[in-house]
Amino acid sequence: MPAIDQARKLKSAFGDAVSEPLEFRGEITLVIADPQRVAEICGFARRELGFDYLVDLCSVDLEGEVPRFFVVYELYSYAHRCHLRLKTGLPEEAPELPTVTPLWATANWHEREVYDLMGIRFRGHPDLRRILMWEGYPHHPLRKEFPLAGKPTEVPEVAFTQAAPQEGGPFVTQSGGPDATAREPRANVREEP
Amino acid sequence: MKTITELGCDARNESEILVTRVDALLNWCRKNSLWPMPMGLACCAIELMGTAASRYDISRFGAEVMRFSPRQSDVMVVAGTVTYKMALALKRIYDQMAVPKYVVAMGACASSGGMYRSYSVLQGVDRVVPVDVYVAGCPPRPEALLDALMKLQDKVAREPVIATQKRVA
Repeated sequence: MPAIDQARKLKSAFGDAVSEPLEFRGEITLVIADPQRVAEICGFARRELGFDYLVDLCSVDLEGEVPRFFVVYELYSYAHRCHLRLKTGLPEEAPELPTVTPLWATANWHEREVYDLMGIRFRGHPDLRRILMWEGYPHHPLRKEFPLAGKPTEVPEVAFTQAAPQEGGPFVTQSGGPDATAREPRANVREEP
Repeated sequence: MKTITELGCDARNESEILVTRVDALLNWCRKNSLWPMPMGLACCAIELMGTAASRYDISRFGAEVMRFSPRQSDVMVVAGTVTYKMALALKRIYDQMAVPKYVVAMGACASSGGMYRSYSVLQGVDRVVPVDVYVAGCPPRPEALLDALMKLQDKVAREPVIATQKRVA
C-alpha cells in the first residue's frame, strides 16, 4: 500500500489532530497539531498501519519562529515498503512531549540525543540521560544560540569544557567559483571598523 | 649531574664483569620494555595497529605488549580525537597507571584538537594529562610513531631513578 493511502488512513482516524498529507518529491509528511498526542498517533501508525521501523527521530530549531522546535519522526514499513514522516511543533517555553520508546526500542537513544543536544524532554522515557556530552553539562549545544566554539564551563570534581579557538573559522567552501582555488574554504577575515 | 646512559658489556674483554650505575641499569630495563596502553579513539588507532603488526614491528623496541589494563602498562598512546566525555575516562585510566608512566599524544587531534574546533572536543590531551611526546600527522605514519617511541626511550634513559625513590623509615 503506498504511503499516501497510509497517510489518508491516519488522517481519517485522527481528523483535525493531523494535517492534510503534504507531498514533496514523493515524500509524505503529516504535521501533528498537538505534540502531546504524538505517542497515541505513532502507536496507531505502528500497530494499525504497520510502520514497524523508526528510521530516525530528530529535532529542528527554528529560532525566532513560533513554534520554535520541531521533532521529526521518519517511519518505514517493511510490509508495505513505504516511508512516512510525522512532525510536530513544540513551544520554546515547554519543550516536552511523550516518548515513543515503548513503540520502537530504537527511539531510546534517539530521544536521548535530542534531549542532550536540543534540550527537548521526553515524558515517560525509561532513561533520559545525556548521550554525547558528559552528565552535568549545562548547555544544549545544537540550539541555534549556542556558539560553534562552545562555552567555557566548569563543574568541580566532574569535568570542564573550554571554548575552542576558531582562528577565523568556521571555514566554509564558497560555491560557484571559477576554479577549485576560488572555492577553497577560507578564514572569515573580520573587517575592522 | 652527569648520568650514564650507555650500558655496554663485551664478555671477551671484560671477563664477564659489568660495571655500571644502578640508574643506568634500571633505565636500560625500563626503556626496552615500555608496555603501551592503546588508547585508540579514532583513525590513529589503525596506524597504531599497523605499527604493532609485522611490517613495522613495534616489538623491535620491546613495546609490543599492548596492555588493555592500566595497571600493567607504562605508556599511554592516545591515538585519536579526545572528546570531553572521553576525557573523563582517559584521565581516570591515566590515574590508574602505575608510576613511572608516560603519555604519547599521537596525531593532530590528541596533540591539539586537530581539525575539531568544536564544543565537544578537548583541545589537546595535555589539558588533562602530562604529555611526554607529541607526534605530528593526521594520522602519523607508523615510522613517526616508532620515532616517538625512540624519543621516549631516550627520555627514559636519562631519568634519575634511585634519587627519586622514597626512603622507607
